[in-house]
Amino acid sequence: MTDRVNLNQQLVLDTESDEKQFLTFMMDEEEYGIDILAVQEIRGWEPVTVIPNSPPFVKGAMNLRGTIVPIIDLRQRFGITHIDYGPLTVVIVVSVTLKEQTKLMGIVVDAVSDVYSISEEKAKDVPDFQDSDNAQFVHGLVNVGEKMVVLLNLRKVLDLHDKSSVKSNGG
Amino acid sequence: MSIDLSQFFDVFFEESFEGLDAMESELLNLEPGKEDQETINTIFRAAHSIKGGSGTFGFTAVSDFTHVLETLLDQIRNGQRQLTAEHVNLLLKAVDCLRAMLTALQAQQEPEQQDANELKQRFEAILNGDSCADNRGDESSKFENKSEDQMHLPITFQVDFKPLPYLFKTGNEPLYMIAELSELGELETRALHDELPKFKQLTPDDCYLYWRFFLTTTRGEAAIREIFEWVEDDAEISIVHCGGLFDEPETHIKQAESLQSVQAEPALPVEINAPSPAVTEVKTESATGKDARKNADPSTTSIRVGIDKVDSLINMVGELVITQAMLSQIGEQDITESSIAALQEGLAQLAHNTRDLQENVMRIRMLPISFVFSRFPRLVRDISQKLNKQVELKLIGEQTELDKTVMEKLSDPMVHLVRNSLDHGLETPEQRIAQGKDPVGTVTLNAFHQGGNIVIEIMDDGKGLDTDKIRNKAIQKGLIQELDDLSVDEINELIFMPGFSTADNVSEISGRGVGMDVVRKNIQALNGSVEVSSQAGVGSTFTIRLPLTLAILDGQLVQVAEHTYIIPLISIVESLQIDITKVSNVGKGLQVLRLRDEYIPILRLYDIFNHKGAREELDKTLLVVVETDNYKVGILVDDLLAQQQVVIKSLEANYQRVDGISGATILGDGTVSLIIDISGLIKLSGLRRPGSSELLVDLKTDEGVPA
Repeated sequence: MTDRVNLNQQLVLDTESDEKQFLTFMMDEEEYGIDILAVQEIRGWEPVTVIPNSPPFVKGAMNLRGTIVPIIDLRQRFGITHIDYGPLTVVIVVSVTLKEQTKLMGIVVDAVSDVYSISEEKAKDVPDFQDSDNAQFVHGLVNVGEKMVVLLNLRKVLDLHDKSSVKSNGG
Repeated sequence: MSIDLSQFFDVFFEESFEGLDAMESELLNLEPGKEDQETINTIFRAAHSIKGGSGTFGFTAVSDFTHVLETLLDQIRNGQRQLTAEHVNLLLKAVDCLRAMLTALQAQQEPEQQDANELKQRFEAILNGDSCADNRGDESSKFENKSEDQMHLPITFQVDFKPLPYLFKTGNEPLYMIAELSELGELETRALHDELPKFKQLTPDDCYLYWRFFLTTTRGEAAIREIFEWVEDDAEISIVHCGGLFDEPETHIKQAESLQSVQAEPALPVEINAPSPAVTEVKTESATGKDARKNADPSTTSIRVGIDKVDSLINMVGELVITQAMLSQIGEQDITESSIAALQEGLAQLAHNTRDLQENVMRIRMLPISFVFSRFPRLVRDISQKLNKQVELKLIGEQTELDKTVMEKLSDPMVHLVRNSLDHGLETPEQRIAQGKDPVGTVTLNAFHQGGNIVIEIMDDGKGLDTDKIRNKAIQKGLIQELDDLSVDEINELIFMPGFSTADNVSEISGRGVGMDVVRKNIQALNGSVEVSSQAGVGSTFTIRLPLTLAILDGQLVQVAEHTYIIPLISIVESLQIDITKVSNVGKGLQVLRLRDEYIPILRLYDIFNHKGAREELDKTLLVVVETDNYKVGILVDDLLAQQQVVIKSLEANYQRVDGISGATILGDGTVSLIIDISGLIKLSGLRRPGSSELLVDLKTDEGVPA
């Protein structure tokens, strides 16, 4: 009985881990990927309302058809030099479950790139970044053709309560 | 065959709680000796539906308990028994007990049986004590835990059950009743089909069959009647006693006689237990009731809405759709002079429709405040009995409407205030007579609308707040210094400080030192305020002010640098240009403005929120004077913009709590604007109350409690 249950679970796991679709986007010449199922929509950048006393990577709040959605600049979150927002700058609205609450948040990235089907098994562990704060945000690395894509752990990226990851950046 | 009944649980609980509320309020109206038939009927009906429902859903504990209750009520209703004060007390306790049981069941827990069983035994003692009228005085028989109808010998009844043709349409199924009958004893069933029409004339959903049953049972006729009671009006039912295994018709007649003799003489209160254990019982019951209530899941509340309100909403949505169609039609045309005029007209209509719709949707959430008020007669009755005080409760403005969410959160603070009034405010009858007052004290609850607010006053004509005592206590607790010169109002205000209680004896009713500060915090969480005014020897009045709804707020838009914020209009006292000559610096960069007789601390919004590019010169800016908890501060802004109603949206839902901000809204141009939380802002600024070392809003106690 228990054997069969285990087998079943394994089967389920196998099918699940088979191939997943990832949306990739560009930031500072690098390609990053997030689980496409977390993506709600992609919008152009528009000015937001500043939330007082918030960390610098929180750009502010946006009206998404009546819902207030906070917008996070991923460059600043990762400590990459800030660039001015241009016509290609997009906001990817994602939903993440943080502490059993599902939250909608927007992330500002340079440009949206592609959608890939990637087997998670192929993802390689992150090499030891040693002193880098950003290591926790990375779920794994995969090669797609010639390119390397960094798969992100959205839950870590968007957990603003995690004090260790709050890094102020003047940029 | 089997239907998942759990989908109806919510409705059942809702209706049962309503029924219990109705029972409670009607019971309080009952005066023994002067009982009104209609009142008793109402109570009986409520008990009856709870019994029926709980039986259907398999909550046997509840239905068994209600059954005894119902039996007693039935006897009172039929005039077989005189109502006594003890009955009323016992019934009230039963209501509490049922409420606790249902609450536990709602939270999917096993209900506490002990209280129920105790009460049930006492009910049965009353019932049995009477039905065995012959051996009254025999103590043991009184407590026999047997219900009346189980004591019969096996008797055979002939039951004729001839339902009217439309029986099925009322949702009744004879098969179930037959099954239930067969549980009572030995059953012989004959189905009679001589009324069955020709096949062509047969309507498939009519009932043409009727039945004759022969039932041999030890249970009485009442048990049979009970099975058919849902269909009483939809069928011809006759129950005839036709002899049985131990055919003793004479004993039956004797029993009937003895019952009649009982009718004649009123039930003696002697049969009821001494009142002292009754008091202790109340305590345990209320305690368990509260616990159970805490565990219940409060998130699944629902609201009953009149169908007319829903219909009018549907109409309005219809109009909205038409307007929308009209506008999109205009949008497709080429722009001409006339189409612009039509567009403007259409937009005006849209605005009108939207406003109507908004008002009506809000009205759905509004309920009369009597939902809160209705629990006080009982509370006052219980407490005044316990305290040996005579109290008259006056309710004014019960029809004042209030948002349901606000109402639910208002209940606890109000209970606290009323308890305080009874315990600390009102004097004992002796003291009142000595002071030349009416021995009966008065507590008045008054609700009315004022502007966009609802105001609730809790007044008593007691001794008022004892300012000396409060002052001494505050010094003792280190809340104020001995030398502080405080006005009477300021002293009274001290009772809202955390950990403050003047009760000499910590009683069950009040005085545990967690009191008024919690009341104030709860009411502030609703964007409201609470104040006290008092006059020694005349009485005290607590005034609660609340916004009518939590969803919409009248706001003043203000500008700071390029940012737009909203200050709730209700807290704004005035807005003015600063006269620099009246501004003085008081240490640590704090400036105050002398405004008439008051000193108003100036809070620079751009400073608190870390915004750059705002105007800093006092003479080029505006000061918005706001008041919270009887304390005024000035908020420095660049400019005042429009005033408008804003719909409150949660910032917390997708982000997190932000200090100094109570929520967000969306302005007409689609941008987000943040709503300022005045007390949060003061806390953020670190401003302290003058003459005290305490922060204006206590930091520690507020932490971790989301606003």
